[in-house]
Amino acid sequence: MNAAHAINHTIHIDRAADRAQPLLKVRGLGKLYGPEKGCQDVGFDLYPGEVLGIVGESGSGKSTLLSLLSGRCPPDAGRIDYRRADSQKGAGQWLDLYSASEAERRTLLRTEWGFVEQNPRDGLRMGVSAGANIGERLMAQGVRNYQVLRAAGLDWLNQVEIDPARIDDLPRTFSGGMQQRLQVARNLVSGPRLVFMDEPTGGLDVSVQARLLDLMRGLVRELDLAVVIVTHDLAVARLLADRLMVMRRSRVVETGLTDQILDDPQHPYSQLLVSSVLQP
Amino acid sequence: MNAATQPRPGRDEAYNFAYLDEQTKRMIRRGLLKAVAIPGYQVPFGGREMPLPYGWGTGGMQLTAAILGADDVLKVTDQGADDTTNAVSIRRFFARTAGVATTERTPEATIIQTRHRIPEMPLSADQIMVYQVPNPEPLRFIEPLETETRTMHALNDYGVMHVKLYEDIATFGHIATAYAYPVTVNDRYVMDPSPIPKFDNPKLDMSPALMLFGAGREKRLYAVPPYTRVSSLDFEDHPFQVQKWEHNCAICGSHESFLDELILDDQGTQSFVCSDSDYCAQRVLQGENGQ
Repeated sequence: MNAAHAINHTIHIDRAADRAQPLLKVRGLGKLYGPEKGCQDVGFDLYPGEVLGIVGESGSGKSTLLSLLSGRCPPDAGRIDYRRADSQKGAGQWLDLYSASEAERRTLLRTEWGFVEQNPRDGLRMGVSAGANIGERLMAQGVRNYQVLRAAGLDWLNQVEIDPARIDDLPRTFSGGMQQRLQVARNLVSGPRLVFMDEPTGGLDVSVQARLLDLMRGLVRELDLAVVIVTHDLAVARLLADRLMVMRRSRVVETGLTDQILDDPQHPYSQLLVSSVLQP
Repeated sequence: MNAATQPRPGRDEAYNFAYLDEQTKRMIRRGLLKAVAIPGYQVPFGGREMPLPYGWGTGGMQLTAAILGADDVLKVTDQGADDTTNAVSIRRFFARTAGVATTERTPEATIIQTRHRIPEMPLSADQIMVYQVPNPEPLRFIEPLETETRTMHALNDYGVMHVKLYEDIATFGHIATAYAYPVTVNDRYVMDPSPIPKFDNPKLDMSPALMLFGAGREKRLYAVPPYTRVSSLDFEDHPFQVQKWEHNCAICGSHESFLDELILDDQGTQSFVCSDSDYCAQRVLQGENGQ
């Protein structure tokens, strides 16, 4: 009991120490496709376990920012530093995302990071079964045991509330909400620390949205994930995000705690955005 | 030399030696040197039009033309057999344009161009195998973009290869891929061994002969140098296995060779014979009998 208690205590201290340092440091980030098209002068710190929401109208640069952050598109200006996990090579070291090699970026993207696409068809392999979709990251990390992959597949289908009997079915036979949950499972199976989400509830009807949000909120808390979520839906932001960044015409116009921004917006654009939500 | 080996015929002087012009052959040889230096790596080359359609062995023929010397003895097989249309035509093509001796006997050949089989007789260090390859890219089934597959090769990003094997086990209960079974060459590059049956995969490993692969339509060539480790991909709990047959060859009685199934009548009577015609014929000569 004492030993267990001591171990728990150490883990607790480790986690507390981990949470005291940022996971991602972004400074002066920008990429412009034209005047005020894209994003510029973006800077923030993201801490472990924190959910950052990026809101704004269409064309305000949200998705550009997300692809810069997730290593998919090199920026014109600024830098992104990521703190490596303790279990990985270069433990606890800061990694400058865009001066790292492409191999390192790719490894990061399929181990410590995840990316949930707006359209599950972009994030899933539609030609292979749900089990293979979930197992792919593990196989990429060198798991070569079929039983282990199978068990992980069944476990994760359970966690995202999909009937495990459907493990051998193709994703195209799944409903939109199930596909999106499968995509979440596929990303979380490698135990990432940071997940990017681009309008994860975009194409879903309201009741399915609610279920997905509920599920994601549970998983984010349970797994202590840091999340950057892009959305134009303020209800989604309020439910999931701890902190919000409001973007307009390629710039961040306001940042702050979610409740603070939604209940007491300061910038005229944020006020417009909040007031334009229909109240049922 | 016995009757199976044809002595050097007269060369048709209307063509350059071995059909291709000398610059093209030099270009292909430079590509081959690079391919041998990086085992399993796909080298692009400027593929030429050959006087037969893509898919009939143009890639293999260009490699054969590039490495052929006047003293070489050429053997050509099609699914293991020396006497099928494709094999006979290619053999005759090089007999006419290069005037080289041709043979059906595996040990007497110095160059063996093959469509989808490795001979049953062990190869020796002074032999070169030339494979005809329809699709050189083992990652193509999951990744249609060439730029992306090249990056995946460069970064050793081969996790998706096992996705296909996983699907096989999930669907059929075992790895059902029976030909073009992907291999890792020299613990680095994942390679498509051309559509040889997986029965032949173990023969690639530490082979004393040089293995050259040519894809004419895709304009890629690659190589496995002699004595190179070639391992087939698998799972710990579903290890790589080759096909086995309950039958023996109906002609020579062999139970070790790769067997083709023949349907003899409308009642579906089966018969199994060796796919390697030379191996089978030699066994019959030595007095082995089926049944």
